[in-house]
Amino acid sequence: MYVAVKGGETAILNTYKMLAEQRRGNTDYLELSVEQICQQLKLSVDRVMTEGSVYDPELAALAIKQASGDLIEAIFLLRAYRSTLPRIGNTCALDTARMQLDRRISATFKDLPGGQILGPTYDYTQRLLDFTLLANNQSQHTESSPKTSVPSMPPEQVPRVVDLLNQERLIETFTCPAHDPDPIDLTREPLRFPADRATRLQNLARGDEGFLLAMAYSTQRGYSHTHPFVGEVRLGQVAIEIKPEELGFAISIGDIDITECEMVNQFVGSKTEPPQFTRGYGLAFGHSERKAMAMSLVDRALRADELGEAIESPAQMQEFVLSHSDSLEASGFVQHLKLPHYVDFQSELELVRKMRENNPAEHAHSQGPT
Amino acid sequence: MSQSDQSPPLLRVQGLVKSYGDRVAIHEASFDLWPGEVMAVVGESGSGKSSLLNVIAARTQPDAGQVEYLNHNGQLENIYTMTEAQQRLLSRTEWGFVHQNAADGLRMDVSAGANVCERLMGLGERHYGRLRQTAEHWLHRVEIDISRMDDTPRTFSGGMRQRLQIARNLVTQPRLVFMDEPTSGLDVSVQARVLDLLRQLTRKMQLAVVIVTHDLAVARLLADRIMVMQYGRIVESGLTDQVLDDPQHPYTQLLVSSVLQP
Amino acid sequence: MSASYETAPEVNFAYLDERTKRMIRRSILKAIAIPGYQVPFGSREMPLPYGWGTGGIQVTASVIGPEDVLKVIDQGSDDTVNAVNIRRFFERTAGVNTTMRTHEATLIQTRHRIPEKPLVEGQIIVYQVPVPEPMQRLEPREAETRTLHGLAEYGLMHVKLYEDIARYGHIATTYDYPVMVNHRYIMSPSPNPKFDNPKMHMNPALQLFGAGREKRIYAVPPYTSVESLAFEDHPFEVQKWPVACTQCGATDSFLDEIITDDSGSRMHVCSDSDYCQTRQDEQSSVAT
Repeated sequence: MYVAVKGGETAILNTYKMLAEQRRGNTDYLELSVEQICQQLKLSVDRVMTEGSVYDPELAALAIKQASGDLIEAIFLLRAYRSTLPRIGNTCALDTARMQLDRRISATFKDLPGGQILGPTYDYTQRLLDFTLLANNQSQHTESSPKTSVPSMPPEQVPRVVDLLNQERLIETFTCPAHDPDPIDLTREPLRFPADRATRLQNLARGDEGFLLAMAYSTQRGYSHTHPFVGEVRLGQVAIEIKPEELGFAISIGDIDITECEMVNQFVGSKTEPPQFTRGYGLAFGHSERKAMAMSLVDRALRADELGEAIESPAQMQEFVLSHSDSLEASGFVQHLKLPHYVDFQSELELVRKMRENNPAEHAHSQGPT
Repeated sequence: MSQSDQSPPLLRVQGLVKSYGDRVAIHEASFDLWPGEVMAVVGESGSGKSSLLNVIAARTQPDAGQVEYLNHNGQLENIYTMTEAQQRLLSRTEWGFVHQNAADGLRMDVSAGANVCERLMGLGERHYGRLRQTAEHWLHRVEIDISRMDDTPRTFSGGMRQRLQIARNLVTQPRLVFMDEPTSGLDVSVQARVLDLLRQLTRKMQLAVVIVTHDLAVARLLADRIMVMQYGRIVESGLTDQVLDDPQHPYTQLLVSSVLQP
Repeated sequence: MSASYETAPEVNFAYLDERTKRMIRRSILKAIAIPGYQVPFGSREMPLPYGWGTGGIQVTASVIGPEDVLKVIDQGSDDTVNAVNIRRFFERTAGVNTTMRTHEATLIQTRHRIPEKPLVEGQIIVYQVPVPEPMQRLEPREAETRTLHGLAEYGLMHVKLYEDIARYGHIATTYDYPVMVNHRYIMSPSPNPKFDNPKMHMNPALQLFGAGREKRIYAVPPYTSVESLAFEDHPFEVQKWPVACTQCGATDSFLDEIITDDSGSRMHVCSDSDYCQTRQDEQSSVAT
């Protein structure tokens, strides 16, 4: 006797229990603390903050713990939390020229004022698994050694590469439009096309790192022609400032870690412009070089229109890139296919059956009615 | 055939100028076109003839000058002051545009029948049987076998695609058709058939046509009047036979004498 | 079913803050003023993923009040996991009474079905929409489809229907079947089976549509014309079954097909769980 499927609510509550067990894992082992994640999985935390659009390492670490390490799930948790937070105001624009630098490199000059500061990076490591990390939970370096300190250069001695190129007027500059209008806020308003550069950059900053990486890669493989060079990658702390109306001047409310990439691209002059280098820009929270670099390549590709270049490849198409960059939208829609679709499928079943009935070839195969 | 000067022309072009950066593509082009008249614009590549066509068909904006079209109230209307909606409606009803490459003027992944009928569906025709009949009628007129009606143009030869493009344009009985080198991309043996079709259809339907071509033989076959362009200027114009038999301008003489005589 | 859950104290009534609700309501009002037109709105990240009903949830959250009685269905049933999840969400964040009976609800949120029992004036039905743009598969660029809607240039939609008839002999769309609203805008009715399309026409209830991921809201006000696209000589037709519901005997409802054993035996049961149960209750009370 057929009984209608019931008990959906009980089933859901059971999934919560099983999920909690999965997240905790074997209780023979110590439970991971949020602080441990914050300290020791820093690069995951940085990514979650960047795409979650919230600078709060502890919350990001909590999200990662709750999500069992699934970063997109963690980003989701953080963004959903962000939706509930009140908007107090906007900060002043960040002044990355005043960054306290942990790392600063340029591929366009062998040496330059301020020098090449390598900082903490995987770039010069050999990717050999370090089994000592596995064996005794300790690295080769003892924990008690003092933190390696790099004498920090005063910001004035480390000018930005674009400012250096600008002295010779070799690189394009952007004048601030009259009244310095606020950019639209993509977390409050829907994306419309065509989108201006500020809007595009917001979208890319929140965009999925993997997607942007692939799009950026495609521009290097001939699906676009922008001949990029890393003008500068800088990583360090910048002050966040707000300018309350009552005070009339800016005050610092804290520091954040950011990664900034200025990509330099060549451009043949147009009817009105002599030849100049053009720019692509990338910015991310924490130490996120891959993201910042990918973002800068895609930013430049999306400026094809503005720079009079033919639009031939997906990375240059606004609607393609910006509509598919958000990991939450993509993940949600792809995974929604798991939801019941049996009513829609029912309709398709009927149609296909009917069409096959009417097809003479089918009659040769039919085995009789079900 | 030219009308008397009392009735306004179908299309009036005055003082058109178009530049691309430093290069001036069109210097002060002016002419009139009357209903049912076929005008050929000839010249070599770089003469500005395709730019001229795109400007008068409202596909690009000129830097100076104007283009006026005779609307249903019998008045000349500036096509650049029309709204986008009006321009789009015009290009799907009273105007046609035949591209050199048929794929640019067709939906390649949609059946031939749908290609022919799309404009009608856009205008509100909702009877499938009638649409199908219309498609059959037009495919027959452009000499495409109606058994191919449900095939997509991807499966068609170059000549068939071009004939399909013509049908797609003519289904709304346009008054004015722009053609950009309609036969240049086709094999010589195929060109003759398409040209002959165009000749018949333009006569029967009393179409006004502006046809761009580098081939004087095409102009002689199809056009009542001819304009010769060189470096963006109209250097000579007049009745086709007169201009080709008795060219005045040295450039026209050069063009005419360059044509291989059989 | 009365609310037996404590509302989560750390969130506003129905989760969204009041400014966001105001913004969404403004979008809803605009949508009602232009039936079938897709109004862009600032969709918020919700605790459920995009693609899982966030648009519908935001619309419901913006119009729901403490006195409302909410019904949530998915595939016609109140008990599918997605419907349960969403109903729990509103129980926790709004503390409203919920019901499984269509006629008791003031507000119904639905995925992929319209209840069989006709709606009445004063009811609101909120549809969850995955793809609000009916022409998206033919023309993915939003800038282009916006122009087509603005100029009422719908030739492309009819080309698709023509192609179906040319290829299959009939229109091959069985769900999310496009409709013309108020004789002006072509709209996606959401992935309801086409069986449900006629219910949308001149419906006494207010019909609201929310697409969270694509960030669009649209609406059909009460008593508005909603016509399924077709050709004069290939008119719109709904699905019919040669059998009745095994549980309640209904011959006028949408039937789900259930496979009952290994050899592929099938039976058919009403998709609308409330409709089926109501009929069964009536039949057993008559019998006693």
